[in-house]
Amino acid sequence: MAEPSNIPHIEVSDLTIGYGDYVVQRDLSFVVNKGDIFVIMGGNGCGKTTLMRALIGLQRPLQGSVRYSGEDFWGASDEDRQRMKRRLGVLFQSGALWSSLTLADNVALPIAQYTDLTQTRIDEIVSFKLALVGLAGFEDFYPSELSGGMKKRASLARAMALDPDILVIDEPSSGLDPITAKRLDELIVELRDSLGTTVMVVTHELASILSIGNNSVYLDAETHTMIPTGNPQDALKSGDPKVRHFLTRGAA
Amino acid sequence: MPNNAQWQFEIQPDGDDGLNIILGGRWCIDASLPTSGVVLEALGDKIRRLRFDVAGLSDWDSGLLTFLDGVLKACAQRNIAADTSGLPPGAQRLLAMALAVPEQKVAGHDQGPQSLLAQVGTSALAFLHDAPQMLRFLGQITQSMLRLFTGRARFRYRDLWLEIEEVGPRALPIVSVISFLVGLILAYLGADQLRLVGAQVFIADLVAIGMVREVGALMTGIIIAGRTGAAFAAQLGTMQVNEEIDAYKTLGIQPIDFLVLPRILALMLMVPLLTLYSGFIGILAGLLISVTIFHIGVFEYYTETLRALEFKHFLVGLSKGTVYGAMIAFAGCLRGMQCGRSAEAVGRAATSAVVTAILLITIAASIMTIVYYQLDI
Repeated sequence: MAEPSNIPHIEVSDLTIGYGDYVVQRDLSFVVNKGDIFVIMGGNGCGKTTLMRALIGLQRPLQGSVRYSGEDFWGASDEDRQRMKRRLGVLFQSGALWSSLTLADNVALPIAQYTDLTQTRIDEIVSFKLALVGLAGFEDFYPSELSGGMKKRASLARAMALDPDILVIDEPSSGLDPITAKRLDELIVELRDSLGTTVMVVTHELASILSIGNNSVYLDAETHTMIPTGNPQDALKSGDPKVRHFLTRGAA
Repeated sequence: MPNNAQWQFEIQPDGDDGLNIILGGRWCIDASLPTSGVVLEALGDKIRRLRFDVAGLSDWDSGLLTFLDGVLKACAQRNIAADTSGLPPGAQRLLAMALAVPEQKVAGHDQGPQSLLAQVGTSALAFLHDAPQMLRFLGQITQSMLRLFTGRARFRYRDLWLEIEEVGPRALPIVSVISFLVGLILAYLGADQLRLVGAQVFIADLVAIGMVREVGALMTGIIIAGRTGAAFAAQLGTMQVNEEIDAYKTLGIQPIDFLVLPRILALMLMVPLLTLYSGFIGILAGLLISVTIFHIGVFEYYTETLRALEFKHFLVGLSKGTVYGAMIAFAGCLRGMQCGRSAEAVGRAATSAVVTAILLITIAASIMTIVYYQLDI
């Protein structure tokens, strides 16, 4: 499996997103290949999260299309869209763990919802997923009993509960210490390498962008459209001046 | 989706003290895969080594990893050398990651359901813990009041007016409806009993005194407990979740002065007024019923009501309204300030605020009724 491929997995074309008359971003077109770690970057308020909401089915775009493995997402019926969503794992910015459920139940819910597995199997899967994010033994904890970083990791465990084809992550490392953030980055890369998961990361965290991304777009808050930036490492060296300014924290 | 035919699994002996686990086909999460328990049964006492043969493996995901994780943990417990080099490299790395952070054994974290006895004990302890907290909160409010009267409390009168508007005028519709219906019920109740002695005109006394002294305050109290008490707890609880209360504290602003005091004052001012209003609406309902159903003259009812209502009845009603208002605000703010940091905790705070308020109101009502009776007020 491993490594990015040339098979398009997510195709975004001419997408315009916004609220009512207010356009946040327009003319977004990019392709995410299977096995990519695709970074959507940009400053505060540029529309990163709005784009993510359009990609995962929470907010209908004003225009344009999103295709998963060639299948139109927003043009599909509610049922088909529901089926496509099942292959997505989403990690929300603030974790969005269900506060009335224990960690184990948080991770188990998607599995119980969509498979016929026995409780014993589900428990095993849950324990393994929690162990993967470094939370072995925290099954019976409630989210309110955890630190911010632990919540983030727990919600990653929930996002990958069903081994999704596509993992969508909003700000993976915000609120995490550098070591934990690095471990999370490593885990994301490992999921891609081992399981062939396509990963879309929405972030402005430079360390993550540069170390894990192999393709990217930059959403510009001023022009309200995107700049295709390719591999972030290349963009840092020879990209658009605006992007280099961003990636070097204003130094270039 | 589940497809059981696709995975293959076999355990072969490997020398005297070893096992060779052969995995083949498709080991994916949606299939009904074997559990690691199958391997554990085969381990027995003699086995010291374990290795894996995955030549026939075509596709795998967490389904395989979960299985292997169970096997490897069991091996580690029994000091069996598990040779993972035969596994796909990606699986090896992910398993290593899962085992990298040892399982936390967290002391004192309660798990599972408690026995009945333990539950009773826990509840009793919780009550013993709660009672001093209530007293402490009462003390803090008293201090805060003193600060207010000596002009040292940071207090925004604009907040007070906003609260007054929210808890007073906006509650008029629901108070009107309930008071009208309760007045109507009282009138029917009285008519039925008084007919026996042919004194139906005393419906007016019953309704007037009943509404003004007791029922108006009680009904208003219960409505406001549900409407405003719960809202106070939810507002303050959400502020607790968002660390807004901590933000006030770090600025040196007492949350009690800033958040609790306006709410308590607003209710102490508004509930008695609503009580008066409730009594008035109840009397109107009584009048309407008496005139239309029981054929008592309007003027007759009016003079009887005036005769029955003494000034002390208003005082009793107003004092009860004030006390109930204070109780509701106290319960709502207390539960809000005690709130934990989750959505569920906010829900519990709102529920508990209403329950506490109604409990306090009922206790206060009983005490005041007895005291007023003894004092012949």
